Parts: sequence; structure tokens; C-alpha cells
Amino acid sequence: MTEATRAIEAVWRIESARLIAGLARMVGDVGLAEDLAQDALVAAMEKWPQTGVPENPGAWLMATAKNRAIDRMRREQTYERKREEVARDTGALFALERSEFEAAVDDEIGDDLLALIFTCCHPLLSREARVALTLRLLGGLTTAEIARAFLVGESTVAQRLVRAKKALREAKVPFEVPRGAELDERLPSVLEVIYLVFNEGYAASAGEDWVRADLCEEALRLGRVLAELAPREPEAHGLIALLEIQASRLPARRGPGGEPILLLDQDRGRWDPLLIVRGLRALGRAEALPKPLGPYGLQAAIAACHARAIRAEETDWVKIAALYEALTQISPSPIVELNRAVAVSMAFGPEAGLELLEEIKDEPALAKYHLLPSARADLLEKLGRKQEAAAEYHRAAGLAANHREQELLLGRARALT
Amino acid sequence: MRFMMFMYPGIEEEEWEPSPDAVAAMGRYNEELRKAGMLLSLDGLRPPGDGGTVRFSAEGEATITDGPFAEAKEVVGGYWLIQARSKEEALEWASRCPARGCSIEVRRVAEMEDFPQEVQDAYEGP
Repeated sequence: MTEATRAIEAVWRIESARLIAGLARMVGDVGLAEDLAQDALVAAMEKWPQTGVPENPGAWLMATAKNRAIDRMRREQTYERKREEVARDTGALFALERSEFEAAVDDEIGDDLLALIFTCCHPLLSREARVALTLRLLGGLTTAEIARAFLVGESTVAQRLVRAKKALREAKVPFEVPRGAELDERLPSVLEVIYLVFNEGYAASAGEDWVRADLCEEALRLGRVLAELAPREPEAHGLIALLEIQASRLPARRGPGGEPILLLDQDRGRWDPLLIVRGLRALGRAEALPKPLGPYGLQAAIAACHARAIRAEETDWVKIAALYEALTQISPSPIVELNRAVAVSMAFGPEAGLELLEEIKDEPALAKYHLLPSARADLLEKLGRKQEAAAEYHRAAGLAANHREQELLLGRARALT
Repeated sequence: MRFMMFMYPGIEEEEWEPSPDAVAAMGRYNEELRKAGMLLSLDGLRPPGDGGTVRFSAEGEATITDGPFAEAKEVVGGYWLIQARSKEEALEWASRCPARGCSIEVRRVAEMEDFPQEVQDAYEGP
């Protein structure tokens, strides 16, 4: 790749989302908007190596894309006589001539971007399709990069993208930011996509493909963009708070051999203080809003309790237990119950924790989840009930998928007998 | 990846205070960075006279010297810490800064993984 191509790619990464969003507003279809933006990119690839990158590359790309749009529509109007398309294109053409991109105020660009986020994360699309479309249209990632990041074939991703764009077109999903009750309904889908992207990157181990590890950074970036665009939504701030704090632990979460290190055993000196500060600040913004904290905000508040403790022993478990209790109210799940029981045991002793674990002991969703017996074993051990503890460690080892974890659990069982 | 962008304002100490117009333009630029989700932190620095320099001899002996310096034009005036996906992207952002008659040096921040394992192991955290 030449230096000029790399520079153009950098401009593309910066401009593509805004470009596609602005075009989608005009033509009402994200698929067509992406094609037009791609046309403009091709034109830039031809022209810029000779002329250099223009003073305002975003405006250049938009002007070029607009011209292509007009060309295409003229062609389509001449050769294709599909009534519906002609009607839509004429409307779009009208919009094109009236709208003046350069004069567009910041708010409109922001609104377009937000509309693009909501469209890419539309609930009618599958999770995988939402993630792929978001990374493609908002992150400017290529199909090949998305495929590498998610360890799937390039043709699979390409197909997902094509189908997603088609589904949006066929359902005539309007290109707009949902308002009021619809916003509340659709925001979780957006948050989930960003969270999934982050987790995929978080799961990647060091030394793995950079594209995978970069997913964390891209999720952080998208989360920050969303919080800027939707500043009155506590969950937008809650999500970015959670991600910043979780990302702060990235340097500490694995040992030299790549083995995962549990939160309480991590070297807190390796946590990134800048990301912690950013996370705490974002959480503060979520808490300052009149709407109560949602599931992401509460998880961020829990993460913040850990972040604030300089040593693991200083963790405010009473507060964490209360936050888990609040989380079980608004977003109940067996995993949350399990975490709550652990927090309660840390705050009020193993007996209290064990009591809560009894309640979820037969939960079918946890039947194959090794952390349930391993948490029970830990509490039984603390209570001196050695035989029961050893049995639970064995049960946990039988369920653990990871060899290293099995070893650890069996080791603890052996130590008891 | 993280990049540090160092601004070298290329001005003398006595012209350090920027004009309201320049500050407003810089504010818009910073806002752009923030809205793009790239900005991690930033600061403008006071002139060198408000600080000083500590020099170390080959034996490690420290000597403090006060500012200001004759070569004020070559000192850092401020910095941005940004997240970017490539060196080119960081350079592109730097070139969008509404600056005149100065320079911005773009440097990639070293990550722990950039160091050999023994160096990583020796590190005790910030």
C-alpha cells in the first residue's frame, strides 16, 4: 500500500460514517448511501494521489457522492421504469438540490449520525447483522476486517451485510432517530451492539490478530460517540462508563502465560488510571440525569466500586450487594443472582451468600455453569464444611470447559482432604 | 492505539497568551475530536517560565534550572492524547488542527505489549 492510499484510507475512516449518514438522509436508503459513498471513495483514490488530499476532504467526498447520486438517478429514470423507484428517486433528487451540505449545521450531522446508528442497529435485523452493519457503516471497517475480527468467513459477512441492507429496504425502515417511547424501545438494541463488539475484543487474547483486539477500542469510540449524540440518555453514559472501566483492566487481566487473572487477583497497579477516571466521570453524568440508572449504569456503578478500591480488600461489598439487588429488580437473570450472592457473602459473610445460592441452585439456566458450584464450594469451604465443599469443587471441575480452570478447581478440592 | 500530539506553538514566551479567536477555533477542533470519540485527554501548558527543568548528569545527579529559556520557540505548548486506528489517521487529525506557523509532533504511545516480557514483569504499575 502506498503512502497516498494509506492517507486516503485514514480520511475514509474519519469521514465515511458522516458521509453515509448524510447521503442516507437524502436518499432514504443506507445501502444506496453506502454505494454512493464508495463511488466517491473510488474517485478519491483516482484523483488524490495526483492532487493531494483536498483542504476539506469531507466536503469533497460529499460533493462527489452527490454528483454520482444525480447521475445514477438520471440513468435509472431513463432505463428502469419501475414506478416506485422513479417516485422515490425524484423525491430524493428534489431533496438533493435543495439541501446544501456545506451549510448543514452541526446538529443535523449529529442527527444523521444518530439515525445511522439506530438504522444499523434496527431490531428487525439479527444480532450478527447489526454488529456487521455497524462496524461497516459506522466504523468504516472493510468486510475482510469484520470477518477477521469475528473469526468467520468473508463471504459470510458479505452475505450478512447484503441481506441486512435488503431487509431494511424491504421493510421501508425510515432513516430517522426514533423519538419518545420508540427511542426507549430501540436504544437497548444499539447499546447491545456496542457491548457485543467490546466483548468480542475483550475475549481476544494478547498477540492475537490486532483487528480483534482493536474491537475494544472501536466499541469505546462508538460508545463515546453515542453518549455525545444522546446526552440525555443515562444508559448511553452508563454503557460507556462500564466499557471505559472494563477496558482499564485490559493490561491486568492476563498473566505472562496468557492465563486469565480474576478481578480480585489482578495487579491493580496495571489498571489504566486514565480510563478509570473517564469511566467514573461518565458514570457521574449518568447519575446526574433525572432518569434512573439502567442495567448498564448499574453494572458501571458496580465496576466503579472495584475501580475505586486501591486494594481488593478495600472493596465496598455492601454497596456492590445493594447494586446487584437493584440490578435483579430491573434486569433479573440467574447470573446476576449468582453475582449478587457472591457480593452478599463478601459483605455479610458466607452464610448469607450460601442462602441466596440455595435459591438458584436448581435454576436450569445455570445447570451447566461451573461458576455456580465453584461459588458454593468456596462458601462451604469458608464455613468449614470441607466434604461438601470438595464435592462441589469436583462438580465444578466437571463442568469447566477450560483445562486450566479444571486443574485449579481440583487442586482446591485436594487441599481440603 | 494511542497517539500523543504535541503542539509546538513556535512563539516567544511573551506572546504565549492566545487570542480569543484562536481559542474559539481550537475549542471547535477539540469538540470535533471529542464527538468522533477519539479524544482521551488534552491540556494546554503554561509558558516555560512557570516551570523548570531538571537535568541529570551521567552519574544521575539532578540539577534544577529555572525557565524561561532562550529557545522558547522549541518548547511544547500543549498536547492531545487521542485514540486512533493508525498512524495515518492520527496524522490526518493533527493536520486538521486550526493552527498557524507552528508544528504538531505525533507520537505513538508505548503499550505494555511493546516491551519484552522481562521488562513487563519488572513493571510495578503507575
